[in-house]
Amino acid sequence: MTRRVLTRWLIVLLGLHGLVVCAGFFSPYNPAEQDRNHVYLPPQLLHLVDPTGHLHFRPFVYPWKLRPDTPDLREEDTAHPLPLRFFVNGAHYRLLGVFPARLHLFGGEDTRICLLGTDAYGRDQFSRFLYGGQISLLAGFLGAALTLLLGTLVGSVAGYFGGLIDDALMRFAELFLALPWLYLLFALRAFLPLAVSPLKAFFLIIGVIGAVGWARPGRLIRGVVLSAKERDFVRAARGFGATDRYLLWNHVLPETRGVILTQAAILIPQFVLAEMTLSFLGLGVPEPVPSWGNLLSNLQQYSVLVSYWWMYLPALLMVPFFLGYLGLASSLQERTETYMIERRSLGGVT
Amino acid sequence: MRYFLRRLGHAFLMLIGVSLLSFFFTTLAPGNYLDEMRLDPQIAPETLAALRAQYQLDQPLPVRYVSWLNSLIHGKMGFSFAYNSPVAPLLMVRARNTLLLTIIATLFAWGLALPLGVWSAEHLGRLPDRLLSWGTAVGLVLPDLALALGLLLLAVKTGWLPPGGMVSVDFESFSLLHKLGDLLQHMILPVAALVLSSLPLLVRHVRAAVADVLGAPFLVAAKGHGIPKRRLLYHYALRAAANPLISLFGFSVGTLLSGSLLVEVVMSWPGLGPFLLEAILARDLYVVIGGVLLSTLFLLGGNFLADVFLYWADPRIRKENGAG
Repeated sequence: MTRRVLTRWLIVLLGLHGLVVCAGFFSPYNPAEQDRNHVYLPPQLLHLVDPTGHLHFRPFVYPWKLRPDTPDLREEDTAHPLPLRFFVNGAHYRLLGVFPARLHLFGGEDTRICLLGTDAYGRDQFSRFLYGGQISLLAGFLGAALTLLLGTLVGSVAGYFGGLIDDALMRFAELFLALPWLYLLFALRAFLPLAVSPLKAFFLIIGVIGAVGWARPGRLIRGVVLSAKERDFVRAARGFGATDRYLLWNHVLPETRGVILTQAAILIPQFVLAEMTLSFLGLGVPEPVPSWGNLLSNLQQYSVLVSYWWMYLPALLMVPFFLGYLGLASSLQERTETYMIERRSLGGVT
Repeated sequence: MRYFLRRLGHAFLMLIGVSLLSFFFTTLAPGNYLDEMRLDPQIAPETLAALRAQYQLDQPLPVRYVSWLNSLIHGKMGFSFAYNSPVAPLLMVRARNTLLLTIIATLFAWGLALPLGVWSAEHLGRLPDRLLSWGTAVGLVLPDLALALGLLLLAVKTGWLPPGGMVSVDFESFSLLHKLGDLLQHMILPVAALVLSSLPLLVRHVRAAVADVLGAPFLVAAKGHGIPKRRLLYHYALRAAANPLISLFGFSVGTLLSGSLLVEVVMSWPGLGPFLLEAILARDLYVVIGGVLLSTLFLLGGNFLADVFLYWADPRIRKENGAG
């Protein structure tokens, strides 16, 4: 049962991440391509039925035109429908950052089709959302990987060797747990250079996030290691003369796999949010590189909030990603728990 | 009593550790507040050197730490470069605004979470519980940022509520009652954002804790004695389920200062959050350290409060720790 649920969530997440990883294919335009003539264009709704009531199998959108005798109000120009073309050649991009390509899932004939509208520079919001996901999700992944690496290192050393090392490491971890983590993130960011190139900022953020988060998984892993090293088979192996390194690597660390996987499913979305928060506040990845945080940051301007509500749409599109991770984390947690209970009832005395 | 003393001592050491850690991070920082001034040709190098000496930026770390400790004892918490004044009074005003917001939000959140969680546990696995579970799941996955921005968007679009800020522009000219009303009106939005973002987790915890004890034999017995359901749930079950909830409440209290950072920035509430952000951007080191330390103090205080409550509520803990 839990296994099937787990697979389902994994498939959902794989699909969603596929969209982002292959952003070049799924997004019709280059995220940096500007069109100063079409600034703050509202989202274009996909239509199947035209004004006369005829059904079309090829979806189409209407271009926006200025409403007569208003300076800035727009309305759909129903006289000129723009049919959607599938598998069109368009802007050049590199699939997975390697393979050069120019095939896109969809696009317009000669006018641009912007499903989520455009921003202050006339850039396509839909493309920016997908490309921004690459930055945000990658930051989440790498941040979680770094955190878990540090956490596993600290946790296993502390749990396995115990004694003074354990005490010292755990007191140090408590320090990090005592700090409110968003503040810690801020403080750490405060003490690092502010104006940096996007690439440097990206790695800076990952470093900061990784450095802040290691304490909690470290403590959890320590607990698992603590109980694992007293298991009978570990003791037996030690009796046969196994070295510490062998025991840790082959017998103790495999026991922590469940905890690490669950923690990863919890930490990745948390760190995506951290990146979003930092970028939203202008402390993270700077323009023109899109990220989920700086996609939303222009909503801080009152005028944008009042007039261009569709700038908020990316925030809603992120929700399925977080839902996927929540589902994954809870089914992983359930699996680890049932696994533990099973083993306990099978008579694992320790 | 010894139990509490030990706890307090632990918290105190923790604070020292956090302050040391923040100071250590400051040495990693490239540049300082004066870097901006150095670019200004109107400011003489001698002035800069004098300022450096005045702010002790030319001193090694231990010296700076000791003199900061000294100013902490005198209730100043260092000196803000940007505001040219001691940090403590600046922080206090901002912290007051933050607390005004978060205390009300926390009360609301718990006031809603307890009945909702108990209600959900009562109908475990049935329709109301399922609906509520879905509701909390949606709340959990909606990022705080999206929630705050969404509420703000709603307020702006409908014009029902003021879009951010703490008071209206002509606040000073209002009568007392009008002032209060104005403040309340401005508070609705951030409080709603805070309550909605913390509620799902609280409801889930209450539900889990109560569901854990609902099957207990003593509750079946109490039911058999004909004790009314309400009393059963709120008087017996909730009490037995209190321990994890008390810890959680301590955590809620602990995050009073730090939990609302994002909401404050988005809704331009003049609290600690925007203040700290400003200080970070201006490299106003002591303000950052002061803010971090103050919120750590709250976090530790919240944990301590939870310990006190647990001690009071659970005889087992009392017994374990000596005094009966």
